[in-house]
Amino acid sequence: MSLFGHFSYWATVFLLMTGLYIVIARGNLVKKLVGLGIFQTSVYLLYVAPGKLIGGTAPIVGPGFTLYSNPLPQVLILTAIVVGVATLALGLALVVRIREAYGTVEEDELLALDAQED
Amino acid sequence: MLADHFPVLLAVVPLIAAPAIVVARSGFLGWVVALVVSAATVAMSAALLARATVSGPISYAIGSWPPPWGIEYRVDAANALVALLVSGMAFIAMPYARRSVAAEIEQGRHYLFYALLMLCLSGLLGMALTGDAFNLFVFLEISSLSTYALIAMGRNRRALTAAYQYLILGTTGATFYVIGIGLLYLVTGTLNFVDMAARLALVTDTRPLVAGLAFITVGIGLKLALFPLHAWLPNAYTYAPSVVSAFLAATATKVAIYVLMRVYFSVYGIDAVFRDMPIGPVLAVLSVAALFIASATAIVQADLKRLLAYSSVGQIGYITLGISLGSVPGLAAAMAHVVNHGVTKAALFLLAGAMALRVGGTGFERLAGLGRTMPVASFAFVVGGLSLIGVPGTAGFASKWALVSAAIAAGKWWMVAAVLLSSLLAVAYVWRFVECAYFRDPPADAPKRGEAPLEMTGPALALTVLVVVLGLHATPVLEAATRAAQALAGVAR
Repeated sequence: MSLFGHFSYWATVFLLMTGLYIVIARGNLVKKLVGLGIFQTSVYLLYVAPGKLIGGTAPIVGPGFTLYSNPLPQVLILTAIVVGVATLALGLALVVRIREAYGTVEEDELLALDAQED
Repeated sequence: MLADHFPVLLAVVPLIAAPAIVVARSGFLGWVVALVVSAATVAMSAALLARATVSGPISYAIGSWPPPWGIEYRVDAANALVALLVSGMAFIAMPYARRSVAAEIEQGRHYLFYALLMLCLSGLLGMALTGDAFNLFVFLEISSLSTYALIAMGRNRRALTAAYQYLILGTTGATFYVIGIGLLYLVTGTLNFVDMAARLALVTDTRPLVAGLAFITVGIGLKLALFPLHAWLPNAYTYAPSVVSAFLAATATKVAIYVLMRVYFSVYGIDAVFRDMPIGPVLAVLSVAALFIASATAIVQADLKRLLAYSSVGQIGYITLGISLGSVPGLAAAMAHVVNHGVTKAALFLLAGAMALRVGGTGFERLAGLGRTMPVASFAFVVGGLSLIGVPGTAGFASKWALVSAAIAAGKWWMVAAVLLSSLLAVAYVWRFVECAYFRDPPADAPKRGEAPLEMTGPALALTVLVVVLGLHATPVLEAATRAAQALAGVAR
């Protein structure tokens, strides 16, 4: 259990923090969605990496195969990827409509426009 | 037997109805299908609740793959009650929806509205009924994605930014939930809640479990608008179409609360969450903050729907306060408030929508003198408001009474004081409406007079009557909530 042994977790944590930071710190609505995508991607790694055994094969029972990788995380993450794509598509569609309605996709300008209205 | 398949049909029937409505491309057909489907879900969840109450948990193996390998739908007294609340609210909102949607959404998108509503219903019912942690995530996203689109259909352009904000926060919450479940899966190797609970009992290294519980609490806390994670809620409820506000306020946050209960009480178990980890005090502090800060914020709002939204955050505080006790009576009180507050808030949002139809908005300046122009709706709104306060004879009183009793039984007198004092804030925000509707003259240019059409007033009044009935005859809900709490805590190790 060395530092290197936890490599995939460090990568996960790095991606997770990067994505979340972009979501919080960026004011551009498209960039926020990019950050959200990175954030979600980190979870794919969290699930998939521990399912892989070095030297393991697909779980097919047969002569010569003794070490199997866990296929379930990959199936789960396939679903999660679809969900992520759907979220991104819906988010971008909303950004398009926001731009049509307000003429901007910058958060501070949107807030200023709403404040003017009040 | 068809009845054996009710657990999965509850989620599948609305799921199939949604694309069918899109193919039909007709707003009227969409409405008919949505009405029939929601009526069917009410019947099915009522049958399931009756069966689960008598015979204990019903296990349904999807595709006949036996659990824990296949996905299991597990129906007990707790989630059947939640399913009945969700489908019941969808059904009551449907007759109302026709006129309200016609007034608020352009003709060409009506069928999409009903398709999304069916998707949302499917997602919420699936979340309630599934016994599989990852399946729950998928249904959570089905309901969330359709909710974002539904909110964006509001007339005001701010509905778009509200939907976007909810999308960002909701997705963050759902992802946090998946991270938590991922950590649990790494430790236990299973996604089935019952199996997970059994295997968690054997785990000695608790650090991933603590981290997992923290992720799940924050993630689901975002979805249920636990203070201070409620930032998305006020705008979403204010700018969404009236039917959507009513449906979401009564169901979406409530299903998230049920998920939190399921994880705390069935998967981790009372001891692990409330004795080994400081979840109880953390939840209690956040709940009390919600009771006072959100309720106080509600008082100063200039818009009635926004006032109701902040009131929802406060009322959710009572529910999480019940959970924070970490006892079966506390959990039962929380469950009772889930039902009673769901009914109350749905009634109030439906009435607010009916008022908006007549006077063109829910800003307080438009609602002046409403007691004279819309006496029935105004009176019903006051009755619903009394339930928010917790006046005896209304549903809100019954569950608050249960909560206070549970707090006294636990010896937490400060909690009793918090519940009683925060009710005074509810008096203040309900008074805002009373003052506006009964003590001010209607504006000279008030556009339309008279009550909203019967299709809209009818469902709202039916719910208002239900609020009073549940208040005067509180035993059935309290007993159902107690059975639900026992079912939730009973599976615990």
